[in-house]
Amino acid sequence: MLQIRNLTKIYEGGVKALDNVSFEVADNQFLAVIGLSGSGKSTLLRCINRLIEPTEGQILWNGEDITAASQDEMRRIRRKIGMVFQHFNLVHRSKVITNVLAGRLGYVNPAWSLVNRFPKEDVEKAILQLQRVGIAEKAYQRADELSGGQQQRVGIARALMQDPEMILADEPVASLDPVLAHSIMTYLEDINKKDGVTVLCSLHFLDLVHRYADRAIALNEGKLVFDGLPEQIDDEKFKEIYGRDAERVG
Amino acid sequence: MKNNKKASPWKSLRVGLIALLCMVVLAYGFQITRVDLQELRSESRQASLIRVIRALAKPDILEHDQVEEVVNLPIYVPCPEDGSIPSGPEQDKSEPYLAVSPTCASPGDVVQVEGFNFAPYTEGPLRFVPGSDPDNIVTLGRDNAETDADGHFIVDMELPNRPSDDVQYIRATLRRNVGAPHLTQTAHDTWDKIVETVFMALLATVFGTMLAIPLSFIAARNLMAPVRSPLASISLSVLGWPIGIVVGYMAVRWVGGLSASIGSTIWINVASVVISPVLIAFGLSWALPQVETTTSPSIQLRLARIGVLILAVLVGFYGLFQLASLAINSGGMLEETLGSFGFVGYFLFQLGDIVAIITPALGALAVGGTLSSVLGRIGQRSSEKMPVSGLKILNIILATVTGATVLGLLGQLVEWMYQIGQPMYTLWIPLSVGGASGFLLALFTKAKDALPIGMVIYYITRTFLNALRSVEALVMAIVFVIAVGIGPFAGVLALGLHTIVSLAKLYSEQVESIMTGPLEAVAATGANRLQTIVYAVVPQIIPPYISYTMYRWDINVRMSTIIGFVGGGGIGFLLQQNINLLNYRGASAQMLAIAVVVATMDYISSVLRERTI
Repeated sequence: MLQIRNLTKIYEGGVKALDNVSFEVADNQFLAVIGLSGSGKSTLLRCINRLIEPTEGQILWNGEDITAASQDEMRRIRRKIGMVFQHFNLVHRSKVITNVLAGRLGYVNPAWSLVNRFPKEDVEKAILQLQRVGIAEKAYQRADELSGGQQQRVGIARALMQDPEMILADEPVASLDPVLAHSIMTYLEDINKKDGVTVLCSLHFLDLVHRYADRAIALNEGKLVFDGLPEQIDDEKFKEIYGRDAERVG
Repeated sequence: MKNNKKASPWKSLRVGLIALLCMVVLAYGFQITRVDLQELRSESRQASLIRVIRALAKPDILEHDQVEEVVNLPIYVPCPEDGSIPSGPEQDKSEPYLAVSPTCASPGDVVQVEGFNFAPYTEGPLRFVPGSDPDNIVTLGRDNAETDADGHFIVDMELPNRPSDDVQYIRATLRRNVGAPHLTQTAHDTWDKIVETVFMALLATVFGTMLAIPLSFIAARNLMAPVRSPLASISLSVLGWPIGIVVGYMAVRWVGGLSASIGSTIWINVASVVISPVLIAFGLSWALPQVETTTSPSIQLRLARIGVLILAVLVGFYGLFQLASLAINSGGMLEETLGSFGFVGYFLFQLGDIVAIITPALGALAVGGTLSSVLGRIGQRSSEKMPVSGLKILNIILATVTGATVLGLLGQLVEWMYQIGQPMYTLWIPLSVGGASGFLLALFTKAKDALPIGMVIYYITRTFLNALRSVEALVMAIVFVIAVGIGPFAGVLALGLHTIVSLAKLYSEQVESIMTGPLEAVAATGANRLQTIVYAVVPQIIPPYISYTMYRWDINVRMSTIIGFVGGGGIGFLLQQNINLLNYRGASAQMLAIAVVVATMDYISSVLRERTI
């Protein structure tokens, strides 16, 4: 269970990216986060694993206060939270397998990982995860030789290496074409349903929300403006979330 | 608005004034730099310029073995007082011989000298030999003789003002080349020195790069800005450095003594060098399990692990000392037995010496760093766990002690450098000022606040780099020549130091411009700071690092060619010597060598750069 309580983030310079946001996510839920660009979706997701320090508020995960965790505790918490990014954020010049193994960095002994030594089980596991997303044969290629869709699959494999209990996906399909988008979303759905991993996924397209999400929340200028089932987003709600002038596409 | 479009008289006046000012500045520049073409027109300048250019055009690289035909011919200057005209000597007409007419003349007269039976097409000086000794090596005059196809020549020669009653001589020395051309001594020397030059650049680049890499990370704003620690942690880790350095130095010295007392025969060395890595590997693999268990290990186990780690490190230093001893011993042996490959032994010997010298410093730094980070973590923990009031008191104590220690040490450094001899100024005042500022800092910051220590380190490093970078390598070389003596080693040190500081800056700018995406992705997996650097930063900076290293290598090759001017070794020394001796043909050979080497290195590095990126 993830509980967000009165979360507020004010950036240096006074921009209020999150404004008193509170909601809860049950375990095994697929939660879509929607809203315009700049509405605070990315900030929200990054506050949950404290890549961004929240200004105020509390984040409780399985009863543990993430916002109050020390550096060492944060390392233990982060390794249970996988993250998938819009721009994949792979290390281009490293091999695919190295990128995937990076998902184990929170588990392995730092001293050994610094000289690129991973336990044998981890390497085998990395190959297994790559098989799961269907690109095991690319394991020893450089990451930047892969296409966009393949790179995102590597990103998912990296998150899976963490044995995550929750995955934060920050617009995972926004830089992919629609066909690839569905394939990536299917992997996330599969992880959510089969492995029982909680997924928080920010999305742009409503049809993706309808198709994959159990529940949706919407942000507008940092405020939570909607919390409910995807089907409840009718034209009225839509205009509330995206503004008066918005029109539905797709 | 409209006025702006019209050219106002004021505006034209201003432009005119600026132009005038520029002219005045230029005119003053002429005065200061003494631009003077009159000098160029003077005939003596032109003559020497032509001579130098011609010499430069003939680099002293190849020469032939030469055979000489030397013939002396007696002559009276002036004619004997009794009026008798001396007859020419009996000459063997089958050998080369000279004839002169007249056979006596007054100083300053022109005589005609003829040579016969010389080898065809040879040339050489035709000189007047003063004194009555035909073997006298002193000669006068500037004439040259050149034989035709029959080995015959005629030269009009002006007699010098060297009157004598005795017989004097005219000497023809005709030289001709035999055999194939071969390299001159200058060419051999140039080769030796150019090799030295290239290796100076190589060593400076390699060692400079190795040290510049870690420096570049702490001089990169984006890596250092997020580094924030509470005051207790900062104080403890600062205190950890000096304590750790002293403890580490003593421990390593003790190990060194132990290693020396165990023995320095080669067999003990080999055995130690083989056994210690095995022991270390065992120790490490036990003390550092590859996977961290989720539950924290018990205190006893942790202490045991720490003990084993310390032992492993001590064994490691023992191994290093034994390795150094092995290298020195075997190097000395090889140098004697290998003959022309003795340089391998020399290399081993020097390498061993370097290891033996560096090991204590390395140990001191390693223990300092470790103790600092351990204490820092203890500080971090206690800042997180302790109640605010208790923490405040702890902060105040620690910060006061730390401030006093740091400034006290600085004061001692000042004392050592300037020998002021007044403990009031170099000990007590720094101690109290440091203590007071630490106290105030602890008093006015919130106990649990994380202070931006990263940025402090960043600014200190940057200042240090900028200050050192502004000192040219040539100037550094002068200091190092005093420290280690004239020779290439001083040049290597100077170039190396300059390489460190300038590369560290260039590198750190590359670190600052990396993509942040991978950084946050790796951090999100739970990786710690060091892991993030190794997995997200390092792969991104490899190409620019390689390219900057190549660039620096180019610069170092160029610099090492002139660092000899101040005694730093390399070809510059030879070049300067030849210029001072007015041996322009020699200097030309060295300039040619420099040009060839620089162009070749340029080419090689550009090819390598293309390959790697």
